[in-house]
Amino acid sequence: MNDALYYARRYPLGVAGVIILIVFVLTAVFANVVAPFDPLTTNAKASLAAPGSRYIIGADMMGRDMLSRMIHGARISLAVALGATCIGSGFGAMLGLASGYLGGWFDLITQRIAEIMQSLPLLVMALVITASLGPSLVNTIIAIAIPLIPNVARVIRANVLSLRELNYVEAARAVGMGRMRIALVHVLPNTLAPLIVLATAQLGSTILTEASLSFLGLGVPEPYPSWGRMLSESAAEYIRSAPWLVIFPGLAISLVVFGANLFGDALRDILDPRQGD
Amino acid sequence: MAAVLEVAGLTTVFHTRTGVVRAVQDVSFSVEAGETLAIVGESGCGKTMTALSLMRLIPTPPGQITAGTVRLAGTDLLGLSEAGMRKMRGSQIAMIFQEPMTALNPLLTIGRQIAEMVSLHENISRRAANARAVEMLQQVRIPAPERRAREYPHQMSGGMRQRAMIAMALACRPKVLIADEPTTALDVTIQAQVLDLIDDLRRELGTAVVLITHDLGVVAEVADRMIVMYAGRKVEDGRTKDLFADPCHPYLQGLLASVPRFGAAEGARLRDIPGIVPPLHDLPHGCAFAPRCACAVGACRDTVPPLEPKRPGHTAACWVT
Repeated sequence: MNDALYYARRYPLGVAGVIILIVFVLTAVFANVVAPFDPLTTNAKASLAAPGSRYIIGADMMGRDMLSRMIHGARISLAVALGATCIGSGFGAMLGLASGYLGGWFDLITQRIAEIMQSLPLLVMALVITASLGPSLVNTIIAIAIPLIPNVARVIRANVLSLRELNYVEAARAVGMGRMRIALVHVLPNTLAPLIVLATAQLGSTILTEASLSFLGLGVPEPYPSWGRMLSESAAEYIRSAPWLVIFPGLAISLVVFGANLFGDALRDILDPRQGD
Repeated sequence: MAAVLEVAGLTTVFHTRTGVVRAVQDVSFSVEAGETLAIVGESGCGKTMTALSLMRLIPTPPGQITAGTVRLAGTDLLGLSEAGMRKMRGSQIAMIFQEPMTALNPLLTIGRQIAEMVSLHENISRRAANARAVEMLQQVRIPAPERRAREYPHQMSGGMRQRAMIAMALACRPKVLIADEPTTALDVTIQAQVLDLIDDLRRELGTAVVLITHDLGVVAEVADRMIVMYAGRKVEDGRTKDLFADPCHPYLQGLLASVPRFGAAEGARLRDIPGIVPPLHDLPHGCAFAPRCACAVGACRDTVPPLEPKRPGHTAACWVT
């Protein structure tokens, strides 16, 4: 607890990031309670209603309350961010661990594949994957997770390479521990700090990728509200006549990504002082 | 008493880009239960490589044990499968390392690490393993062992960690403990404590100790017998007392002359051994020590001198003495 206070005082921006993320998570979890309207109910009379007392930040062309849609949209963003980051980091960590610890031809092949994958931008690869899998929430998560794997795998591999030369790994061998056990008991836990840092740093980019995919029509399908698609549906047609349809989802995306990055930066400084500037 | 560890003709090489490095060549020795054997020599003479070869912890490739036998209580360690060897490590033969600060996993408690190792070799419950860990910590004279067992390595000093390492190494009562420069990284006062501890445990548990060091003071204090290594070969072997009193090989004579002594004339200079250890991939034809040796003769430069008895129970490899 004292540690938390100490770090909070040293990294005020990190605290800001945490607050943004907490608000975001609470909104997503309690969307049903917080949202004033059902996000899917249309109301022809309220089509494109301007922000006012009833629809606080306006309504879209189908008369659905923007605030409620944004609140429910947080769920999608959260699910995608957490899901993709966990899957990507999990597989990436396992692959990096095996690659770094086993070495040899396995390492060689894994790393070449990782390099090929890394030569494609995250968004382009996610685009290709979701286009071939078809749009759905799960597919979106998978499509965003897969491009994360090589990044994580390479960072973990580099870490494992230095860890496996450490004395306690040698000492563990000297008391008769097997390779598998050493990898899981001694090496893997020691890669957790960089893994956490990397995962948080990528939270923001997964949210952004989801929004971009949805913006291009390849993300989470209708009628689920996704921030990215809310932007894309409104941007071309209504940006002049009903700018609130564009401004608020855009703000939400920026704010959450900003919060995630602030948090990730602070966490990196705390957990990995060598990389701090 | 019968020898618990018998090493014969052990040869370990490393295949590197600059050629074949002969790290250990034809090294033989034996250790009895409850005895301390010291392996002495300067850096790079093959002490640690000998120890790692005994444990079969040589990184392969590039390293390779090309010849010899290592018999531990009758079992040939070099003939075992990797899984078989893994069972021996820790339970029959254990090793502690030079650097106690990094030899423990920073994320696990001391007790957990010892218990982990015990449950690896013995089929006992977690609770019993934890109890053994506390018992071992007590045996290596760590105060408040119950509390210390729950602490992490960073909460302990270097000497304390080396004790914890010793506790871990001895937790399964191995027959042989290899201590590779166990005190080099410690303060002088702590060094004495750790050496005393190893010595006491040797006596209590009847463990054979192979002590690797370059510190002749340490050898004189704790070792019953010693072997001297130079450039991967054993050059002298005998009881510590005899070797200190009457060194046969010019290398050991040089080493002993380079140690400061009480009672030496004031202002007297220590004698050093000129030159450096030859590179192991490019050894001279004859005796590896010949280029640095003051009494080298023609034969020294042509043929490697064989180990032969010079006094009762005292062998050396030298053409001259």
